[in-house]
Formats: sequence, C-alpha cells, structure tokens
Amino acid sequence: MGTMTPLFDRALLVRRLRRAAARADGADFLLRRAADDLAERLSAVSRRFAVAADVGTPGEAVAELLAASGQVDTLLRLRPVAPLTGHALVVVADEELLPLGGASLDLLVSALALQWVNDLPGALAQFRRALRPDGLFLGAFVGGDSLPELRTAFAAAEAELRGGASPRVAPFVDLSEMGGLLQRAGFALPVADRDRLVVRYPSMLELIRDLRAMGATNALVERDRRPLTRGVLLRAAEIYAGRFADADGRVRATFEILSVSGWAPDASQQKPLRPGSAGARLADALGTSERSAGEKAGPR
Amino acid sequence: MSEQKPAPVEINPKLLELLVCPLTKTTLEYDRERQELISRAAKLAYPIRDGIPIMLPDEARAIE
Repeated sequence: MGTMTPLFDRALLVRRLRRAAARADGADFLLRRAADDLAERLSAVSRRFAVAADVGTPGEAVAELLAASGQVDTLLRLRPVAPLTGHALVVVADEELLPLGGASLDLLVSALALQWVNDLPGALAQFRRALRPDGLFLGAFVGGDSLPELRTAFAAAEAELRGGASPRVAPFVDLSEMGGLLQRAGFALPVADRDRLVVRYPSMLELIRDLRAMGATNALVERDRRPLTRGVLLRAAEIYAGRFADADGRVRATFEILSVSGWAPDASQQKPLRPGSAGARLADALGTSERSAGEKAGPR
Repeated sequence: MSEQKPAPVEINPKLLELLVCPLTKTTLEYDRERQELISRAAKLAYPIRDGIPIMLPDEARAIE
C-alpha cells in the first residue's frame, strides 16, 4: 500500500454497494454459488468455532448459512456499508483495515469481497493475524478469468469509436498466484481452487444490469471518466452478440469464482519433519550401506 | 441534556471485547455518553450509530 497507486476507488465502490443493497432485485447468483461452496467446505471440517467473522460479504446469505451450520457460537458481521436490517454484532469496516485484535477469531469467512481490495497480500496478512492458532480462513471471490467476453466486446467497440480502449473490467487475481499469496500471508496448508459459471443473457445489456445490481460496475481508479456513451455501449452489445451468442441468440458470460482456504499455523498441524530428525536410516530402508558425503561412491 | 435524548441502542458487549483500532490495532475506550469508540493511539473517535460501530478512519472524529 502506501505510495502505490490504488487500483480501485474504494469510496466509489462503497457508494455502488450501498446503491446495490438498496435495490430489491439484486442479482445474487454468484453469491448463492459462493455461499453453497463455503457451506460445503465448512461442513467438511468437523469442528466448532467459538468466534467467527464474516468479512465483507455482500448480503446476509453467507452469514445465515454460518449461523445455521451449528458450528459457530459467536458470529461477527463486518460490512462495508451498514445493513438495512438490524442484526446483532454488525460492524462497518473496510476489509483492508480490519478492526480486530491479533488472535481473536477461530474462523474468518469472506465471499465476493476480496476481488476489490487494493492490497490483497495486506488484507490476507491481516486476516491471518486476526486468527488464533489453528483458526481457519475460508474465502471465495471473483477470479481473473471472469467476463473475458465483456472485456473483448468493450475493447473492440472503444477501439472502433474512440480510437483506444480504457479499462472497463477489473484485472482480477489469477488462481496461479493464490497459493503463493496465502503462503506469504503466513497461512499453513493453503488450498486454492476454481469454479467456472456460465450465465446466459438475452443480450449484453442484461448482463450489465446484473453487474450494476451487484454493485460491480467499473470502480477502477484509472477508469475513463467520460461517461460511457450509448453509441459505445450499443456497439459493444453488437460485438458481444456477434461473437459470444449461442444458436438460440442468447449470449454467454463466464464468471470464475476462486475458492481459497488456509489455517493459522499451529503445532498440532501436519508439517514436514526438521532435517536430521529422522527416526530411521534411509540406508536401512534401501537395504544398502551408508557412506559419508565426502566419500566417492566408486570402487575402493 | 442526555436525559432528553432517546436512550442510544447499546453496543453489544462482545463487540467491545473484540474490536481494536483498525489503524493501530490498539485497544479502544468506550465513551458511552457520546457513543464513540476512542483510539488514543490514532487520536480518533469512531462513531457508533444505532449500536453499529463505524470502524472507518474516514468517518472518525479527530481528537487531541
């Protein structure tokens, strides 16, 4: 963070999320998919968690699932904007500035929020710090292979009509980077996986309407401040329909959800032995005799 | 003065236990009268609105 140029305009993002939360017709298919996936991963861990936090997840679907799982005693809800309906234990917070002390949680869950943080390594390090030893982090967020069709259609339309493309779709994180990011944040036994979801729409315009309902329209700092003209929008929709339509005329939109998990290190976890701590000789296992490293292996 | 105002929604005591200053990660003092969580280290007072702590430095009040 610090002097680095931020990628996302977080204040704008919060305004978008607030607007999205106020709408009743929010498109929640991504959230439902992420919630189901989190619930499944949680139930695979046969353990109770005394204190859990749901960090940044839009809506209450994930929190409700956590509460219903019977595996969580106290559930904290950290939200970028205050929810409209009252809940106990709600805190308005930024996932990049976690207001939680070190080693205060047993479980931290975050769905569909991490794709918009400016400093993902920093956020992950804070998550890890907030967990007690053997605490679990379960995350799901939008990955780098999402909306390639939309990227292509906008780039082509803007190149045609404006003589240059501006970033319209955020550069999300790739799956291949996640394992390393989790490890660097200090998580043990990190796992990263992906799930692809193809959604079909009558046209690109309905896709945009869904993205707006999710508060997911362009919040990039470097975005083109000129309003998107109707001409560019319609041309992009035309290109989208021309390249990404099925036989029945409906267009495809691909979403990628990255699922990640990691544990705060604890002595009880499986880990490699220290060098030199072996209880049996390799030579014995191989049925051969051991030679010191300085000795040549050839005939004497 | 405070007798005339409706009683504020009380913050959940569990929250007071768990929350720290998001900037300095140091403990907070609860100002019940003003409904604020005070970070001496960051010199900021975070508001509590309807029982919901707003732990955003941008929304906090600078204190001395």
